[in-house]
Amino acid sequence: MNKVIELEKVSFSYGLVPVLQAIDFSVKEGEFLGIVGPNAGGKSTLLKLILGLLKPQTGNITVLGKKPTQQRTQIGYVPQYPGFARDFPITVKQTVLLGRLGASRMLGRYTEADHLAVQQALGELEAQDLAERPISALSGGQLQRILLARALVSEPKILILDEPTANIDMRLETDIFTHLRELNKRLTILVVSHDVAFISDYVSRVACLNRTLVCHQTDAIDGKLIQDLYGEPVRRVAHAH
Amino acid sequence: MTEFLSAVAEQSFLQMSLLAGLLASLGCGVMGTFVVVKRITFLAGGIAHSVLAGMGAAVYFGFDPLLGALMAAIVSALLIGWIRLNWKTQEDTLIGAIWAMGMAIGLLFISQTPGYASSLTSYLFGNILLVPEQDVWFMAILDLLLLLVVGLFYRQFLAVIFDEEFARLRGVPVSFFYLLLLCLIAVTVVLLIHVVGLILVIALLTLPAAIAGHYVHSLGGMMLIATVLGSSFTVGGLALSYSPNLPAGPTIILLAGSAYVLSAIFSHYRLRRRARQSLSMP
Repeated sequence: MNKVIELEKVSFSYGLVPVLQAIDFSVKEGEFLGIVGPNAGGKSTLLKLILGLLKPQTGNITVLGKKPTQQRTQIGYVPQYPGFARDFPITVKQTVLLGRLGASRMLGRYTEADHLAVQQALGELEAQDLAERPISALSGGQLQRILLARALVSEPKILILDEPTANIDMRLETDIFTHLRELNKRLTILVVSHDVAFISDYVSRVACLNRTLVCHQTDAIDGKLIQDLYGEPVRRVAHAH
Repeated sequence: MTEFLSAVAEQSFLQMSLLAGLLASLGCGVMGTFVVVKRITFLAGGIAHSVLAGMGAAVYFGFDPLLGALMAAIVSALLIGWIRLNWKTQEDTLIGAIWAMGMAIGLLFISQTPGYASSLTSYLFGNILLVPEQDVWFMAILDLLLLLVVGLFYRQFLAVIFDEEFARLRGVPVSFFYLLLLCLIAVTVVLLIHVVGLILVIALLTLPAAIAGHYVHSLGGMMLIATVLGSSFTVGGLALSYSPNLPAGPTIILLAGSAYVLSAIFSHYRLRRRARQSLSMP
């Protein structure tokens, strides 16, 4: 299988604080990869490097065979926190349409194809009835689905999600991951989570990150590994929300 | 009021004033919405005040003050935008410095130009009753330019003010559109100078859009309502100030300011009532 994302000896630091050290890591086409690790372990930073929002001090990153900044429009991204104010005067439909920028034409208005893609993406996530609502009127779970729709509407080859279920309850979490499993039939998915136990039920492979890559394998993760990662035993049933 | 209406019918200078007021309202409705939603009033204030440098230089070297204002506004917009994009840690101090230094440069130039001290007040506080016809044409061209650029790149501007990181990931050149947006705000500031002067610009730029934001939840709707409100304040202020022979600029601003305060109080209580209603529903 083709490697769609490849990192070679990538290191990154914010100022003098090292965040990632010597990461060798790759994602193959069609994978559903979970990245787990403790807070401040560098998970979000790794995603930002792949998206080309940050540049590594050393090492090399390729996405679909090119530099990350050249492939941005091939990636759908769901951030951990939305980068907009919740009281911004905009409807759900307009928000999702913005995901078409880069796939749509440069000047003037959206095309028929843009509107159709938005309808499809909202339909797939069972959110058509939210289309005309202002985003300020959405619940946390609804907002999460809209962010996912905004990422999907550009028909990306890779989908990257940063803690997609951090702010929603357990039932919706299962919902989102069921959607992702369905999407994985046509997309490569990379998802960051702090919740090892939960995502291991869905993903095809787990990478554990705590400044360096602690593990990178297909086998089921055992207690010893989790202890290495977090530095203390973690009860796998711990799933309080 | 009847005195004002008959004066408008007879006096061509008043017709020019009204036209200038309406042209300025169009600019402030469209760009004011961006300023309010993106919360960059302070940046816009910096651009507006540093314009005095260009106007002072223009009277000193003997060319059109409005052209000088436009050039200074663009330079200051690019400078402030560059600071915002690359020097975030000291952003507010630096913008404050540009704000004051621009005014200082303008004052020095004007002090060295004999006989121009009286024009200083009209730059600072506006003089809508004395708009030359050629300036009205100039304002119309600026409005046209503004609408054209916003119309062509509306989606990119929306993306940049809504979510910069996401816009960047969609391949939108964020820095370019951010600077372009500030340049358009600079153009709007120049549009408003005759009407309310550069000190009061910031109020007419933001208040109509802020009032609109109390009632509508789309950018386009805000722009439309803000334009209508801006026109009402300008025409209303002009009418109110005409008979008692008051300066029009401050009258317009007080009208806009009072409307804003009333609207803010009203929408606050409306929101509270709605919250109570939604709680009492089963």
